[in-house]
Amino acid sequence: MTVRSRKEIHLAAHFPGVDNTTVRADPRSRSQIDLSSFEHLARTAERGLFDFFFLAEGLRPREHKDRIHDLDVVGRPESLTVLGALAGVTERLGLAATVNATFNEPYELARRFATLDHLSGGRAGWNVVTSSDAFTGENFRRGGFLDRAERYTRAAEFVEVARTLWDSWTPDGVSRPFAHRGRHFDIAGEFTVPRSPQGHPVVIQAGDSGEGREFAAATADVVFSGWGSGGCPPGRHGTRYGSLEAGRAFYADVKRRLAKYGREPGDLKIMPGVGVVLGDTAAEAQERATEIRRQQVSPQNAILALEQIWGVDLSAYDPDGPLPEIDPVADSVITQGRTRRGDTVVIAEKWRALSKEKGLSIRETVIEAGARQSFIGTPDAVAAELEEFVRRDAADGFILLPHLTPGGLDEFVDRVVPLLQERGVFRTEYRGSTLRSHLGLERPEDRGRSGRSTSGHPSNPDDRRGRGARCGERRRVVSGREEA
Amino acid sequence: MTSSHGRGRLHLAAALDQPTVFDAGPYVELARLAERGGLDFVTLGDTFARPGPDALAVLSRVAPATSRVGLVPTVTTTHTEPFHVQAAVATLDWVSRGRAGWRIDVSATEGEARLFGRRHAAPAEELWREAGEVADVAARLWDSWEDDAEIRDVATGRFIDRDKLHHIDFEGAGFSVRGPSIVPRPPQGHPVRVVDATEGQARRTAARYADVVLVRAASAAQAAAVRDQLRAAAAESGRDPDTLRVLASLLVDLGDGEHAAEPGHGGGGPRQTAQGPLYRGGPVDLAELVAAWHTDGVVDGFHLTPVEPRRDLERLVNGTVALLQHRGLFRTFYPGSTLREHLGLARPANRYAVTGGASAS
Ligand SMILES: Cc1cc2nc3c(=O)[nH]c(=O)nc-3n(C[C@H](O)[C@H](O)[C@H](O)COP(=O)(O)O)c2cc1C
Repeated sequence: MTVRSRKEIHLAAHFPGVDNTTVRADPRSRSQIDLSSFEHLARTAERGLFDFFFLAEGLRPREHKDRIHDLDVVGRPESLTVLGALAGVTERLGLAATVNATFNEPYELARRFATLDHLSGGRAGWNVVTSSDAFTGENFRRGGFLDRAERYTRAAEFVEVARTLWDSWTPDGVSRPFAHRGRHFDIAGEFTVPRSPQGHPVVIQAGDSGEGREFAAATADVVFSGWGSGGCPPGRHGTRYGSLEAGRAFYADVKRRLAKYGREPGDLKIMPGVGVVLGDTAAEAQERATEIRRQQVSPQNAILALEQIWGVDLSAYDPDGPLPEIDPVADSVITQGRTRRGDTVVIAEKWRALSKEKGLSIRETVIEAGARQSFIGTPDAVAAELEEFVRRDAADGFILLPHLTPGGLDEFVDRVVPLLQERGVFRTEYRGSTLRSHLGLERPEDRGRSGRSTSGHPSNPDDRRGRGARCGERRRVVSGREEA
Repeated sequence: MTSSHGRGRLHLAAALDQPTVFDAGPYVELARLAERGGLDFVTLGDTFARPGPDALAVLSRVAPATSRVGLVPTVTTTHTEPFHVQAAVATLDWVSRGRAGWRIDVSATEGEARLFGRRHAAPAEELWREAGEVADVAARLWDSWEDDAEIRDVATGRFIDRDKLHHIDFEGAGFSVRGPSIVPRPPQGHPVRVVDATEGQARRTAARYADVVLVRAASAAQAAAVRDQLRAAAAESGRDPDTLRVLASLLVDLGDGEHAAEPGHGGGGPRQTAQGPLYRGGPVDLAELVAAWHTDGVVDGFHLTPVEPRRDLERLVNGTVALLQHRGLFRTFYPGSTLREHLGLARPANRYAVTGGASAS
């Protein structure tokens, strides 16, 4: 391959969450609560020069068939507090927390993120998620009043207010009063925290709907997309080519939306969540992937997964038998507290087709269709594929979803990262100290002069910190590829 | 009602407040200094009304840099979500391995109310009643997971025993919470709840829900009177008064050295100032004061706020504390590892656990 402009890959580490991704049967599996587990994964990510470490959030334990769901990992500490502690055991790694915009108030949350940004020397990131579900609302003063259609209008106003607050102090440390009056918030006063090292903590968006993409284009710095976004089913079934094409379509769609907000393609990084399984040979990797999937999908979990799609009780079905003949129930509430990720009726159709085509049992179908492992192979092959996805504009990087707590990224960092570095597509040292600098994002300008909300995304041509010569090249790559 | 059941262990705490500091370094340094002195805990104040960082976040940052000292941030209850508050405090307990406390406070001004735009300022009485409900709901949510709820059972594929997770169905005057929590029961069961009960409106909530009560008193008689009242109120609400630790809260200015104590100070005590009762003098005289009040059963210990944080905390630890240790009045090392252990408070039973059942160990 000739030396030419290369897009640099961005990497993030997702701490295994509350679901069945984590393989608990593995003897190396440890607590999902103890700080030592978070510390292990964060240190591994920092050793691997990752952009950031990522924590998910759920505000009520899931319930299934009106009982607390007991098959998956559940119970986790509160993200921002964990990140505060991790700021003390890491030095450069970005620290991102998922926090719901529906069940918080901008003043308090902006303050918590600004504090984390100070304590970590400019490494804070906020994954803004939304919710409209009354089930979760039962834990909050606010309740679950928010109409689904309003979830992103509140989130957009929320982020706007947060940025107003982050901008309310002058860069040299003078507090200016703020006032905001909008549809969702009517607040005024002074912020208690001076402008933080990043100016604005990095904003991440996770949500695949059209509204979600629009919100990301208008406001976010990073998109955390589901694997196979754009309608292609994930996993081996979708084929690598299918995933690549789906990723390219999603990427092009989101980047295309930026212009109308006066933003450049490089201002928003697209990072799908992916699983990686390595082996010394392709066959060994495949074998390991299959074994991991079998461990993730127990017979009980297979029935559960099916019930979540079909929306009815299927406990009478044999996990090793065929899929139900009955039709799924749309908009069922059999499972509460799980974020919606697609149209269940459509998914049920796909699963049926898959089962019929390959003659798969219920459990085999769930194993095959629900696979989150996107890159399976030797370290060389995986490094090549990751590079290809980024080079061909299916992604700007990846959020890695390990299946083991806490050692799930050890092997990736030891074996794949050096190969990415050899290919010249991944950093060999941290060049800056803030998360923005890792992501190649500009530090936002001080827009607080008026002391009032303004709209539009800030960009400061004077501040080129963290934006090297590569940026122009990256832009060329992005725009040149869009209709290829 | 007698004021004391006899002198218990002496408890000492110090405030880390440095209003213009937003970096972690200075907080870590002071907390380590307090830990070197074997103090029970450090506090960090928090209010939406003045500049300052989020205190709980700062102490979560301090947690991995310390190993024994208790960490007690202020978290207010008026404009915050009780569910988030309890989760954050429980998490501080997890990341510090059982060293978390929570100083409960209210936001009483209209200025603070405007920052949220959700309600108007309310009388202190009402806000403290609500703070009591938040303290109550927090403890219920901490109990909503039994200690042995996580089973990781391979045969049945179950991660938890769902019978050991509980909806709490709390209905308060101003809010309701269904539960259970998202955070498993923290290491201490209930992180330590601290209330400043100097003002009368906070006293009922303190007597009912606090493990540690702070009283800003300029005289031994005043401190003893409040302690008596709190113990009586605790007993009335069905608590054993010996589960309450009452600490005198003083500002300390140790700046002028041993020989420049206030004229007529001589162990006489602090004097009232606009900022609260202030002790000004030398570390040795302060040790005398601490020993005298404690020996007389006036209070269970002291919560000291250095006027000049670095200078005064250093003099406090190297002077006052060293002297108290020398006299055998204060611990020279931490025999326990949790804040409850430092305070001599038992780990509370879980209200939802079925007692006498067949539950393991
Ligand atoms: C990859 C990915 C990760 C997500 N992580 C979380 C999470 O940790 N917590 C949460 O409450 N919602 C999470 N969500 C849900 C989204 O934020 C959003 O609420 C949901 O997708 C519905 O919005 P949409 O209709 O725009 O997709 C995630 C979504 C995606 C695609």
